[in-house]
Amino acid sequence: MDRLLTVTGLSTEFRTERGIVKAVNNISYTVNESEIVGLVGESGCGKSVSQLSVMQLIPNPPGRIVAGSVDFDGTDLLQYKRESNEMCAIRGRYISMIFQEPMTSLNPALTICRQMTEVMIEHLGTEYKEAREKSIDMLDQVGIPDAAKRIDDYPHQFSGGMRQRVMVAMAMLCNPKMIIADEATTALDATIQAQLLELLYGMVDKYKTALVMVTHNLGVVARYVNRINVMYAGSIVESGTVNEIWANPMHPYTEGLLSCVPRLGEKLVPIKGMPPSLVNRPDTCPFAARCRYRQKQCFEQPVSELTLVEGTHYSACAVKLEGKV
Amino acid sequence: MSETTTVKSENIVDIQNLKMYFPVRRGLLRKKIGDVKALDNVSISIKPGETLGLVGESGCGKTTMGRCILRLYKPTEGNIIFQGDDISNYTDHDLRHTRRDMAIIFQDPYSSLNPRKNSGTIVGEPLLIHNLTKSRKEYEDRVAELFIMSGLSPDMTDRYPHEFSGGQRQRLSVARALAGDPSLIVCDEPISALDVSMQAQILNLLQELQVKRGKLSYLFISHDLMAVQYISHRIAVMYLGKIVEMSASADLYANTLHPYSQALLSAQPVPDPVVEATRKRIILTGDVPTPLNPPSGCSFHPRCFMAKPECSVETPQLRDVGNGHLVACHCV
Repeated sequence: MDRLLTVTGLSTEFRTERGIVKAVNNISYTVNESEIVGLVGESGCGKSVSQLSVMQLIPNPPGRIVAGSVDFDGTDLLQYKRESNEMCAIRGRYISMIFQEPMTSLNPALTICRQMTEVMIEHLGTEYKEAREKSIDMLDQVGIPDAAKRIDDYPHQFSGGMRQRVMVAMAMLCNPKMIIADEATTALDATIQAQLLELLYGMVDKYKTALVMVTHNLGVVARYVNRINVMYAGSIVESGTVNEIWANPMHPYTEGLLSCVPRLGEKLVPIKGMPPSLVNRPDTCPFAARCRYRQKQCFEQPVSELTLVEGTHYSACAVKLEGKV
Repeated sequence: MSETTTVKSENIVDIQNLKMYFPVRRGLLRKKIGDVKALDNVSISIKPGETLGLVGESGCGKTTMGRCILRLYKPTEGNIIFQGDDISNYTDHDLRHTRRDMAIIFQDPYSSLNPRKNSGTIVGEPLLIHNLTKSRKEYEDRVAELFIMSGLSPDMTDRYPHEFSGGQRQRLSVARALAGDPSLIVCDEPISALDVSMQAQILNLLQELQVKRGKLSYLFISHDLMAVQYISHRIAVMYLGKIVEMSASADLYANTLHPYSQALLSAQPVPDPVVEATRKRIILTGDVPTPLNPPSGCSFHPRCFMAKPECSVETPQLRDVGNGHLVACHCV
């Protein structure tokens, strides 16, 4: 498999009245062609901001990408300005994004047809008629019944699940190389969520598209994802294949996350305390205060980089890596 | 003043054939064009010290059920018997005394706490309303006690809701709910708005409180089957205003009978790749129909993978299939 995306040392900050918020702090990860990567973490851990940084959708000010490089298919995306033509030519064409709330990401004043054909006319220079036909075909593929008629409807005429299907169709229109799904199924009901996940994975499989699945739900990633990156307080703390991480979680946060999901017949072990504030955060381990394996060194030394455990499994917990627990 | 009928029962709550219809009006004259049948002939009961889980998708009537029990809504038909008294026709004045014994924890800890009051006042308000404390000192001690019970530090009473995190705010809601020393707490999606690590903390807190207090009952409303299974003794599954299956918690998972419950359970992603790799999933087609105009017969039949011709004609009734396991389906 060829490397599609290489993110190296990406850091994004927000300047606020209370100080500098390091929302994303020196993260590195890769995505291969037609690979499904999961990015897991709690709210406020920087998972969305990291993806918006890759797409250069961070509002500036207050946000700023302060360091790092985003190599997408051989070009460094960060060399382009946010509003530059180059960046606009990539968004929606080579990298598409699906957001959590479909009602706010679709324009309520325009028909689905207008919004879908616009993508193709803008990026591929397709004629309107052809664009409309392709859009209908795509809506059909995502399972919208009577697509030829429904395409002239407005977003409010669709249910939540159907709207998210429209978003999937729209993201697939230009046959992008990568899709970023930012909590794409979180706002939906259980049975609709299952439908949509199945659809999304079916589509990326069919078109050989890479998928970055941003979620807080470990269950969502367990079934479909090849690799997982676990984020905590702006950093990736553990990375590996699904099996590597489940069999042997090497970061205490991942371990805690796995044990605090209710399962049949098992006692819940919650993680104590709460995530730290990201304002003026120190460079020691951000999880130390909540960690059950913490030692003196965790509060004194700077947090360790992602270190190889074995195979493709990396962890940022020095204590567990050194085998002190 | 309504008449008070006393019914002998050992249950905290007995709901009999409850119906809650919301009229839908349209046009200049606000002509009634139909009813949203949020609850359609529902009967449940909760025993002292028991947790009843209520599961279903959005719009199935679970929240309406919780609010009817607290008499925040006046039901269209049916009886709500709370601690032996039929409260379905109580006036607001009658309810005041009864409401001391019931409390609610809402889903969103951001909108359910008054931002202008400090946390001590929020938690202590029920004490003042119900005249539960005799002196200032007693009041303050009781508030501090409630804070400790809910896992908060008593010196936080001067803080305002915005100074707390989501999980702490939900603890405040728990403390407030406990203030009147209730026998029933309706937990309306209390963990859905929280992060995974906070969810586990609140679930454990609720469970510990129940063990400590002995006779505290919960109606635990959630769409998260795994959380419901973790905390509940019995579980009721709702679909479009009706209960389709009800049984003991372990039984429901080991022996799921109704096709909707099966689909709901199978739609829940299991956070374990080994299980997920081999697990067969039932993916339902279509959306939840509108409760304004539910399908004929069994309201689940258009999405059901087991549907027979009779399902679209005759409405299945809840029946006992052994060990108190109730199910409403023609195919079981």
